[in-house]
Amino acid sequence: MAEFVAFLIAGVATGAIYALAAIGFTLVWQTSQTINFAQGEFVMLPAVLVLLAVKLLGAPLWLGALVGILAFILVFGLGFKVVVVDPMIRHGVLPLAIATMALSTIMKEGAKDGFSAEAQNFPSFVPTGTVEVLGAAVSLQHAAIIVVALAAIGLLQWFVGGTRLGRQMQATAQNPTVARILGIPVERMVLLTFVINAALAVVASVLISPLYLAKFSNGETIGLFAFIAAIVGGFNQVRGALVGGLLIGVVDSLAAAYVSTQYRLAVPLILLVAIILLKPEGLMGRKEERRI
Amino acid sequence: MKSPWIMAAALAIGCALPALAQDKVKLVDVIELSGAGASAGTNFKNGADLAAADINAKGGILGKPVEVIHYDTQTNPGATRAAVQRAIDEDAYAILGPVFSGPISASMQISQRAEVAQIVAGEAAGFTQQGNPYIFRTSLSQSAAMPKIAKYLKDTVKAGSVAVVWVNNDFGKGGRDAILPELEKAGIKVAADIATEQGQADFAADAIKVKNANADAIFVYLNEDESARFLRAAKQQGVAKPMIGETTLLGAKVIELAGDAANGVKGHVGLSVDAPLPGLQDFGKRFQQKYGYVSDHNGIKGYMAVHMVKWATEKQKKLDRKGLADTLRGATITVAEEPGILIDTTILKNGDLDRESFLAEVVDGKQVINTVLPKLNP
Repeated sequence: MAEFVAFLIAGVATGAIYALAAIGFTLVWQTSQTINFAQGEFVMLPAVLVLLAVKLLGAPLWLGALVGILAFILVFGLGFKVVVVDPMIRHGVLPLAIATMALSTIMKEGAKDGFSAEAQNFPSFVPTGTVEVLGAAVSLQHAAIIVVALAAIGLLQWFVGGTRLGRQMQATAQNPTVARILGIPVERMVLLTFVINAALAVVASVLISPLYLAKFSNGETIGLFAFIAAIVGGFNQVRGALVGGLLIGVVDSLAAAYVSTQYRLAVPLILLVAIILLKPEGLMGRKEERRI
Repeated sequence: MKSPWIMAAALAIGCALPALAQDKVKLVDVIELSGAGASAGTNFKNGADLAAADINAKGGILGKPVEVIHYDTQTNPGATRAAVQRAIDEDAYAILGPVFSGPISASMQISQRAEVAQIVAGEAAGFTQQGNPYIFRTSLSQSAAMPKIAKYLKDTVKAGSVAVVWVNNDFGKGGRDAILPELEKAGIKVAADIATEQGQADFAADAIKVKNANADAIFVYLNEDESARFLRAAKQQGVAKPMIGETTLLGAKVIELAGDAANGVKGHVGLSVDAPLPGLQDFGKRFQQKYGYVSDHNGIKGYMAVHMVKWATEKQKKLDRKGLADTLRGATITVAEEPGILIDTTILKNGDLDRESFLAEVVDGKQVINTVLPKLNP
């Protein structure tokens, strides 16, 4: 039993990271009806930028973190919307989706050439150690990931549902034309969504990089699992991304433990196929109809 | 009237080309500069560049400068084959790299067909057992290293049971297949046999499995980045049993990446800049001065590979590709004869090596050599 609990909690911790990244998929989907294929790289890059700022500025870690994170949010929150989304969305969602694929490659290759092709040590803000939960030893790092990630998601849910600004954002996502008639500054709301996406990516990056190390290729795995999580949970619901992320993390951990490490990737993919066949809108998603 | 002149000019250019090609010693390094092997490949590349700079500063090889060109294999067997073919097409005098055993096995037939020596950094036992006379190692093979590790586990660690964690690629599978019979011979029980994937990021589940196996020791046989991630995950899960491994577990890059989690790791090391040999220590200092970090074993291998070419070329007194391989096969290169080889090395007929190796431990973030092990056939 203790062993199962240990695997379960490790899975929840990994799943919380997938959930943060998957929420990014749903936010971009809700505002621009497209898929950001660079979402994995959004999680990879903040850690690289923090280390780069420390190296280039010769600054202490806290200052490097501040500069790196602000630079990321500015460039890949504000900049992503202004430089990539706004010019491309006029030509339809497909060109925009392709543009995000190009962005993914640029971010990955840029991190490799501009920083390093090698993995780099990323410091953890959590001390090493374990706490006992239901007889299982749980690492403090995993506990911190779960607490911080779920707190960030809870804060987002409160913001979206419990504040005037959040409800304006929600209205914009549901029907931008009506939102504009009601006097909601739609453009600003869309921009806010992209900034929130960048901020969530920063949280995921800072939490996971001490374990995965900071490396240009990290986005591949995280992006793939977050994409699966978003589909499984429901692409058009933030709570769907949360459920999908946690579920995929747990399934992956249990598959590695009780099936085999070689086939661990296959199990979430089987779950993905089953969801697409049985409940295409995702576990928590709502059905959408479009006229073509 | 024009055609005889054109033909004569073409003939003259054709005759001049080999001479131009011989103006320098062109070595093509097919190496992992991105992908899962980037840490290892970058070290090998830097070691080869340092060797070329050292040799050129002393007048080159037979008076000709050494040029090392690097092609990124992306740690991909297909890209490695293409890079080796490109090296052959570009008349490389010898091919250096790659480091990962899978890409070596996938590409070495190309250099064999062209009769060009390929000096690699892989450790898997299999690729020197296929009768290819053009493949040469810069590291000990697994078949040489594993008996030493099994003996170490039995005599020094006093382990009655061991959990084996390995990476499911040619390198890891070769190591696992080599260590299991040695453990059995030593009377050590395998408490858990855990396969992981190349490039794997999340090792939490593997660390929990290792912890629950409750073995006396853990034998870790992963590539560098994955070794560091596993050590971190094991420390996070509170795994307290001795971690034993090979060069890829105790390397400088792993120590840097794993941080505190690397402390206490022990095992067998084929090459180290901390070894009690002046050549290796001096190389380590100069490497660090030039690149700003401590070279791991792959940096040493890159340096040695270029010096193997230098020694054999000067021995045969000409730039002859086929002769280079013939000269290397069965040779013993001593530091007295060729200081750049860094450690006395015997090259066996199949391309394997025999030389001294070391038992080491990571203490306070530094690799400390405890014992020097003799050559298998002194």
